[in-house]
Amino acid sequence: MSTGVEERHGTARRRVSGTAGDRTAVATSHVLLTFGAVLVVVPFVWVFVSSFKTTSEILASPFSLPADPSLDNYVNAWTDAGIGRYFLNTIVVVGCALFLVMLLGALTAYVLARFRFPGNKVIYNLMLAGLTFPVFLAIVPLFFVLRNAGLLNTLPGLIVTYVAFAFPFTVFFLYSFFRSLPHEVAEAAQVDGAGEWRTFFQIMLPMARPGMASVAIFNFLGLWNQFLLPVALNTETDNYVLTQGMAQFASQAGYAVDFGALYAGVVMTVIPVLVVYVFFQRRLQGSVAQGTFR
Amino acid sequence: MSGTSTPAAPRGATQPAAADRPGNTPRPVRRRRRRQISLDKASFFAVALFLPLTVYVIFVISPFVQAVYFSMTDWSGFTADMAFVGLDNFVRLLGDDKFLRAAMNSALLAVVVPTVTIVIAIGVATMVTVGGSTTGGVRGLRGAGFYRVISFFPYCVPAIVIGLVWAQVYDPSRGLLNGVLTGIGLDGMTDFPWLGDPRTAMGASMFVIVWSFIGFYTVLFVAAIKGVPGEIYEAARLDGASRFRTAVSITVPLIRDNVRTAWIYLGIAAIDSFVYMQAMNPGGGPGYSTFVISQDLYQTAFAKGQFGYATAMGVVLALVTLLFAGAVFLVDRITGGRDDVRGHA
Repeated sequence: MSTGVEERHGTARRRVSGTAGDRTAVATSHVLLTFGAVLVVVPFVWVFVSSFKTTSEILASPFSLPADPSLDNYVNAWTDAGIGRYFLNTIVVVGCALFLVMLLGALTAYVLARFRFPGNKVIYNLMLAGLTFPVFLAIVPLFFVLRNAGLLNTLPGLIVTYVAFAFPFTVFFLYSFFRSLPHEVAEAAQVDGAGEWRTFFQIMLPMARPGMASVAIFNFLGLWNQFLLPVALNTETDNYVLTQGMAQFASQAGYAVDFGALYAGVVMTVIPVLVVYVFFQRRLQGSVAQGTFR
Repeated sequence: MSGTSTPAAPRGATQPAAADRPGNTPRPVRRRRRRQISLDKASFFAVALFLPLTVYVIFVISPFVQAVYFSMTDWSGFTADMAFVGLDNFVRLLGDDKFLRAAMNSALLAVVVPTVTIVIAIGVATMVTVGGSTTGGVRGLRGAGFYRVISFFPYCVPAIVIGLVWAQVYDPSRGLLNGVLTGIGLDGMTDFPWLGDPRTAMGASMFVIVWSFIGFYTVLFVAAIKGVPGEIYEAARLDGASRFRTAVSITVPLIRDNVRTAWIYLGIAAIDSFVYMQAMNPGGGPGYSTFVISQDLYQTAFAKGQFGYATAMGVVLALVTLLFAGAVFLVDRITGGRDDVRGHA
């Protein structure tokens, strides 16, 4: 690790004028990468600018700047198209599910990583199975499981399902984290008379904070962006989450769409994600680098 | 796995043995603690293990198991009666033109999307890590972090939003793409329906899927390349290897495991691709040119109410995914998975 490529970056900071071939290669790379960056940024910027235009303006001249920038589209999307309601539903569902899955996932990962009991390995493999099968296989029976439990089309039903499906990933990630924590501290706490609950909440959980943060960010994004589960299991319009609200725009016939509201809806859906990304970008990329998949 | 592991003494046997050892006066404190199940411990295990696992088994594992059974029934979902029909549903799938079309499209996605994404992601990762000037230390381009941050962002955006945004970009009359193309003088592109023409619908959809994945896999490969000792790159450079040659002969073999993992995850995502297709062409595209198995399953179950038949599609989807993963491992093995550059050096 210490001899990795990264180490070299610092040592060669001085501006080196390479060979002619070098300069061409570097310049070409920059052109390609800039093109890629433009390809990522421009559609979002276009949508953002369009969200301030009236629908007739959008239809007439897709490239002009808004003649009279107003927040009308946001108001329309928030109230008429129901984005406001979907936004609140999403916050409730994602908030509750995230809290529960982090709590339960951490507890289970801790137990699996630090206690030896019969069935430990079986449970671990059961999680692996849940992670590898495509959700699509489960979706039809899941519909009936929820219906029989009286949870179909309800927010609690959606929360429970989110928790269940985010659970294996959470346990996997935190399992290796709890394994790597030193045994001695927990043992010292127990010698001092702390019970299992206290040991977990006051000693182990605080030590696992970096791992918890990474998983929480991943889970937040995963749950905020979840589409299939709500679309199949939550068909009550009042209980829609944001992604469903957006899909509703997609399925409407081309002419009936209020494009201004559509663009405003996109912006409002992306902003929470953008905020999370800007703040946690380093940690997020760091956890990908650590090997989410290994 | 590891054949060299030392045989461990049976667990729990060591402690009582030590206590019973003759001459070693058994201390009264040494009660066998693990036999005592206190309320504290019982409640902790109930909440930490029993509760979440019950939820997990009911909502995740049981649906998977039920799916296998339902796939062999003619269940419509809303009637109580269901007849066991064995493999009839699967035979019927073989003669279902619409499903076969969807299966072909899913297979095409499984081949094209991972290949293109991985090639581009490795290219970008190479540029930002070791693609800099060839004099001085081995390093990436300046401003590499900026490109990485930008390209990763689409990974965080809901896929449905990505699909919607691109559907707008592709729109024939007021879309960004045709506007740019006509703007640079390609007047033939005025009103060209990218998602409405069977020749371009699939390609345009694939582009969007690749677009949304590249950043994530770039970051993955950047991390892998950074784990490679810099000396290897310096040696290759001294031997006069070009950038392209270095990428193909040094980088790819050294980060092989990551590439294989990426291939499998991308393949699984591409075989599914429900959200993207649903956002860009909810009806399956012109002449079903972008219709995929997951969409067929969804329609069959929730619009037509043929739940038994739909779960059979789910089983096929799972099998296709497994086959795909198996194929990736097989190709990896055939092309010499384990012996990498370090082995030859």
